[in-house]
Parts: sequence; C-alpha cells; structure tokens
Amino acid sequence: MKKDQTLGEALRSRGISRRSFLKFCATTASMMALPPSMIPVIAETLEKMRRPSVIWLSFQECTGCTESITRSNSATIEDLIFNVISLDYHHTLQAASGEAAEAARKAAMEENWGKYLVVVDGSIPTGNPGFSTIAGISNVDMLAETVKGAAAIVAVGTCASFGGIPKADPNPTGAVSVSDLVTDKPIINVPGCPPIPVVITGVLVQFLTFGLPELDSLSRPKAFYGQSIHDRCYRRPFYDKGLFAESFDDEGAKKGWCLYKLGCKGPTTYNACATAKWNDGTSFPIEAGHPCLGCSEPDFWDGGGFYKSISTPTGDIGRNAVYAAGAGLLAGAAIGGVLHARKQAAVRKHQRATIDDLGEES
Amino acid sequence: MEKIEAVSITVEGRGASRAPVSGCSSPSVPTGNLIPLLHEIRHALKRWLDEGQTHVIDLRTIPMSPGEEQRLLEVLGDGEVRADLAALGSSEVMETAFPGVWLVTHHNDDGVLVGRFIEICHIPDILKSQAEDAAIALQRLDDLLSNAETTV
Repeated sequence: MKKDQTLGEALRSRGISRRSFLKFCATTASMMALPPSMIPVIAETLEKMRRPSVIWLSFQECTGCTESITRSNSATIEDLIFNVISLDYHHTLQAASGEAAEAARKAAMEENWGKYLVVVDGSIPTGNPGFSTIAGISNVDMLAETVKGAAAIVAVGTCASFGGIPKADPNPTGAVSVSDLVTDKPIINVPGCPPIPVVITGVLVQFLTFGLPELDSLSRPKAFYGQSIHDRCYRRPFYDKGLFAESFDDEGAKKGWCLYKLGCKGPTTYNACATAKWNDGTSFPIEAGHPCLGCSEPDFWDGGGFYKSISTPTGDIGRNAVYAAGAGLLAGAAIGGVLHARKQAAVRKHQRATIDDLGEES
Repeated sequence: MEKIEAVSITVEGRGASRAPVSGCSSPSVPTGNLIPLLHEIRHALKRWLDEGQTHVIDLRTIPMSPGEEQRLLEVLGDGEVRADLAALGSSEVMETAFPGVWLVTHHNDDGVLVGRFIEICHIPDILKSQAEDAAIALQRLDDLLSNAETTV
C-alpha cells in the first residue's frame, strides 16, 4: 500500500466497499461508547486520513499486550486499522532484527518527524540499564530518543501506564511508567493486563479521528475508562439488593450473585470489560464467575489481596510493618518467615490453597 | 400482535429467536432497563413521525441481565422486511413487527456478534448503495463494455 494514499483510497484498493467501511465505523463508535450520531463523522474523517507512521516499543513486558491484539480472532474489523497504519517498528513482530531493525526505526522517525505515534508496552527499568536492552540500547535511552519527534505516545498495558507487575513490591529493577520519564509529550494511557484488543484499536481510531481524546486524571481515555466495571456490570442489581456470593461454590455463586465479597474490584476499577468483553465478545471475568482483579488500576498487584473485598482493610502489609517497627525487625522477619514456611509446607504437601491463604500471601 | 402491558411484558404470536449479546439464562433479577428502552423507542418513533428525525440506539452500551436482551428482541418481533449483507462478515437488517423500527445486527468474519443497533427511520443507511462504490461499479462496467466483444 502506498503511504500517500488516504485510508478510504487504501480500503477501496483492497476491495473493501464503503458499506463495509460504514459497518466498521458503526461498530467502532459502539466500541468507543460514542453516540451513534458520531458514525458519519468518524467515517468522513477516517476516510480522508493519511496513513500514519507508528513505532511500537516493547520494554519490560510479557508480550501479553501484543498477544492480546494479534491473537484476536475477529481479524477483519479490528485488524483493519492495523493494516492501514504504517507499523514501521515492532521488534517482536518484524522480520528484521538488530541493526537493520534499528535502522528502520530511525528512518521512520526521520521521515515522519513530529507526526509519528509511539506505542509503548512494558515498564522501563531505571535500576540498572542492563536489566532490559534492545540491540544494546537501554530502554531509558531508546524511549528518550524515540519520543523526541513523536506527535503523541500511547502507553499500552498497565506496565507502560503505571509500572505494572515489574513495579510490584519490592520492584527489583526500579521499574517506572512512561509518564514517569516523559513529561513534554501528550501521553494516552491504555492500561489493562492486557488491555482489551478493541480498546487498543479504538484508542488509535479515536486519536486519528478526533486528535487527543478526553482523558481522566490517570490519562486514560474517558470513552473506554470513564465508567467503573461496577457501573456497567450486569450483576449490579444483585449488589443493590444485597445478594452476594460468599464462596465460589455456594448457592449465591451458582445463581450469579454479586462477587463483591469474594474480592471483586469492579467498584474501583475503570475499564470497558463489561461492555466490550473478551474473547470476541464472549464474556468478561465476572461473567465467568471470577471477581475483577482491577488490572487497569495503578499498583493493582499490591492492592492487599485479590480475594479480599474492597471494604476489608488492606492491613496485612501495613500491620506487619507496624509490628516490625514496634517489636524490632526481627519480629517482622519472623512473621515473614511463618508465611514463607506455611507456603513451602503447602507446596511440599501439594495442598490446595484456600482463599484465605491467597489473601495472606498476596 | 404483541401485547405490551405496563409492568410485565407478554408476547403472543411472532417472536424472533436470536442469540442475545450476552448470556442466555433467564434473569432472576432484571436490570429494569427493558421498559425504559421501549419508552425510548416509542418516543423516537413519534419524533420521527412528527419531525422526520431519525434515531439510533446502540444496544451494546445498555447493561442487561443475561436473557433480558433476548426478551427485548422477542417483544419487538419480526416484521415484513429482512436483508442479509455480506460486508466484512455478515449483517442482518430487519424491520421489527413495529414498522419504522429496525434491528441491525453486525457479525465479523468469524460470525461473532460485534454490534447491534435499533434504528428508527425509513431504511437504515447501511442498506443504501454508496456513491463511492457505485463510481467503482461504473468504471468496472466501462471496462467490461470496452472489451465486450471478447469478454461477454
């Protein structure tokens, strides 16, 4: 495809009818929670858009974010935008490697200076540059160099947005988020572990159509992160009526009652899972019977326990710290030792962990 | 014909059997969104008749218990017109049992439901032929006719 083609021209040259394109715009508007009246606006803007250059940087990550988008089975519609952007650098996906790949990145930057988009997944280690490098370049240096000529940065995934699991206590690599290092460029955070595939493409469509979207206090697009999981959850009526599952196999769980008491973080988690859903719209964790972990929120890994309800004080870590301060570090070490010994004993005996065990360990 | 009561909804006669967006079991605790949604459709239909203003409702953005959307589809029922589209996967455009109220359902290439809308209008835009596609069609016809002696 030629780079100077508009999106509309490119689609027609690929044999995609305008009717198909209108369908894409309708489902995209729905995905972005935009009113249907915006469908013609999206169609008109996208159709005239020139193919944008995108440089995708993967740092300290598990590749789950790239997997999320590339493993999406609903290929035609979601991949449409990825087929028409110019993905000039993605070291996991591209065939070139080493110096050839880096040359492609630099060429894309020079050709599109001031206009290209940088997508980042993964956190950035600041402890030792050697913790994560690409072609011998530290993540910190590559990020600083690449964002210089960028129009905007999209931080994909909780690691790039907030530090994520690499930043979890005790953060051995000194992991930080993109916004901890870059302060002079627009940054759109698209958190989630991983983010919903259609949300990733939806944010790109929104940026290309309307420019920088309206963001919340954590720089997340309000179109996707404007409402809590709880507000959009189909189990919300059970919560309102005080009907809760008390364990994973009780009558309440079987009847599909609210999972709040089993640790659901839906009330404090902002994401589109309840409407966009997962696995090609099949369901989302709560619909599958599991509480929301709150993966699109900062420090979700250190939130005090996945299976503790929000109303339970997240006291274990704090309380242990107080005990340690009061009784000396030895006492703290002893508490840690007891938990560790219990875990090891359970591993040796191949015991099943209970919800309480999981809460204590987390 | 459908008979709609103030509180409970009773359906007699025609009823569509289509997969809902989510879940399939009967809701024991409904969200309560069904009746307000029918009111929105009723208001939109009146506005269209009085002022000619069309309206689209995106069903994906409205929380519903498993089974509730199925109930809505049953209440709306099947009308006189049904069209199948093959555009980036299949789509179904169907007039409901309430003329002027259309149900548009989009699937992707894998048959996965990707959008469902209720449209209040003469005919949903996606059914109309698009000028851009017609321009390509004209070019194709010109090419065909210029070589008609050998290709037709």
